[in-house]
Amino acid sequence: MIGEIDLDKAKKAIGDRSQFIHGDTAVAYGALLAGCRFFGGYPITPASEIAEKMAELLPKIGGKYIQMEDELGSIASVIGSSWAGAKAMTATSGPGFSLMQENIGFAHMSETPLVLANVQRSGPSTGQPTLGAQGDVMQVQYGSHGDFAAIALSPNNIQETLDLTIKSFNLAEKYRTPVMLMISADLGHMREMVEIPDEVETFERKEPKVSPEEYIPFGKGEYGKEKVPEFGIFGKGFRTYVTGLTHDEKGFPATDDQEDHDNLIRRQVEKITDDREELTDIERRRLDDAEKVIISYGITSRSAMGALKEGRNRGEKLGYLRLKTLWPFPKHVIKEISEQVDKIIVAELNLGQIYHKVAEHAECEVALADKIGGEVHSPEEILAEV
Amino acid sequence: MRKDIRLCGKGGQGIMLSGFVLGKAASVFHDYNAVQMQSYGPEARGGAARSEVVISDEEIGYCGLYQADYMMVMSQEAYNKYNEDLADDAVLLLDDDLVTEVEHDYIGVPCTAIAEDIGAKIVANIVMLGAFNEAGDLVPHDSLEKSVEDSVPSKFKDLNLKALNRGVEKAKEKI
Repeated sequence: MIGEIDLDKAKKAIGDRSQFIHGDTAVAYGALLAGCRFFGGYPITPASEIAEKMAELLPKIGGKYIQMEDELGSIASVIGSSWAGAKAMTATSGPGFSLMQENIGFAHMSETPLVLANVQRSGPSTGQPTLGAQGDVMQVQYGSHGDFAAIALSPNNIQETLDLTIKSFNLAEKYRTPVMLMISADLGHMREMVEIPDEVETFERKEPKVSPEEYIPFGKGEYGKEKVPEFGIFGKGFRTYVTGLTHDEKGFPATDDQEDHDNLIRRQVEKITDDREELTDIERRRLDDAEKVIISYGITSRSAMGALKEGRNRGEKLGYLRLKTLWPFPKHVIKEISEQVDKIIVAELNLGQIYHKVAEHAECEVALADKIGGEVHSPEEILAEV
Repeated sequence: MRKDIRLCGKGGQGIMLSGFVLGKAASVFHDYNAVQMQSYGPEARGGAARSEVVISDEEIGYCGLYQADYMMVMSQEAYNKYNEDLADDAVLLLDDDLVTEVEHDYIGVPCTAIAEDIGAKIVANIVMLGAFNEAGDLVPHDSLEKSVEDSVPSKFKDLNLKALNRGVEKAKEKI
């Protein structure tokens, strides 16, 4: 382990209990409180302030910060430090996220716990560096090739950004998987007051109780969570063969057997999708008598709150549903709500991404309130699609 | 109660700090909710910069401005660029040495000159903020003082508090 997890030390480094901070700082604070002790990154607007804060704070509490040569190296360093036992993270934005895809796939395949904070901007390519968008909400699940189940969370205020960063670490450790915290430039650079929690509930990685000889690094999990194998930390005698190739339960390449691949990948996917309902975190408002509902997430949901208020004032029977969990996609909630209302309006800062997932599972009309260009929706722009 | 506030000027004038101090005064040193958003171009100095603050005693949904109810301006370019959504009865406070072509009713305070007078042009943004808060009655004065004290390096605390209060005095003369 790189440094012992010491909550008091983290709180001391963070400072005042009430602070007026932006989303990027909230990510750094949340990470520290969750026990993150390694950050490997490469600067990119609008995520650089996360790296900046981690560079300032981690050395004060016995953690390690490293700026790598590029995004490929950054995510690789995070995977390595996780295998050495650290709760580890990186932060990036659209173009950097694209560059990281190869090793994100490797992290899924090797079941490596890590957290990636994605302060989204537009694209394709380098797009509008200083402005926000929700450009990566499909890439997070479909960016790497092959089959895997992503966990991605999306807060809509600064306190929640801190809280969901902590949750991201806990889920990464619990499911032995990469977890993506999806904010955007708007939230990353937006300030609100946060209160640093007195107590923080953390989840610690399940380590094997058997000897290194008996240890099965990619089995179904002997205790703790089913389908999540225990993690033999490097340096504690466990010598795991970690490969991106399809592997057997011992970790050795087994690339030509249909059943080996099927067993491995289905277990990796199902360890997350089996818990879809438990992982689903939804905020609902005014749905009791709603005939139409706005579905949104992240910063866009703040505009949707304005649209809800204004729409209700005008007599529209409008409801509000916010996805705090983007992936695994809460398809059961979409189905349930679509049976109650006549129309769903999906608001997002792209030309339609989560819209397609909603349309796939909804049984009512689905409209899209899209917006690109670097500004958030005004409530009126959402109401125009109602 | 919801107040939609814009502070704008040139990159380098301390517009972001003014917005930060105001938002912190409202939410940390008073019991309002506050959101501060900021935008700037790729250039760090010289371009038009704006910081927007929403203050409310209720939950804040939409984080942008419906209209600018209050606007503080420190450059002609920023005035030209950001006056479109100014509310009819908006409180518009500007440094009238720097912004000379204005189509709206305004309160002019020569904040940069005042800052130079007390010895440091760099605190013009805080002179401006003091005057702005006095003209707009945005947050209680003592919350703003605490926020200034909490936000600037300790050796510049007195200078900044002096700047803030000179701004307040000047605004009182004008309104």
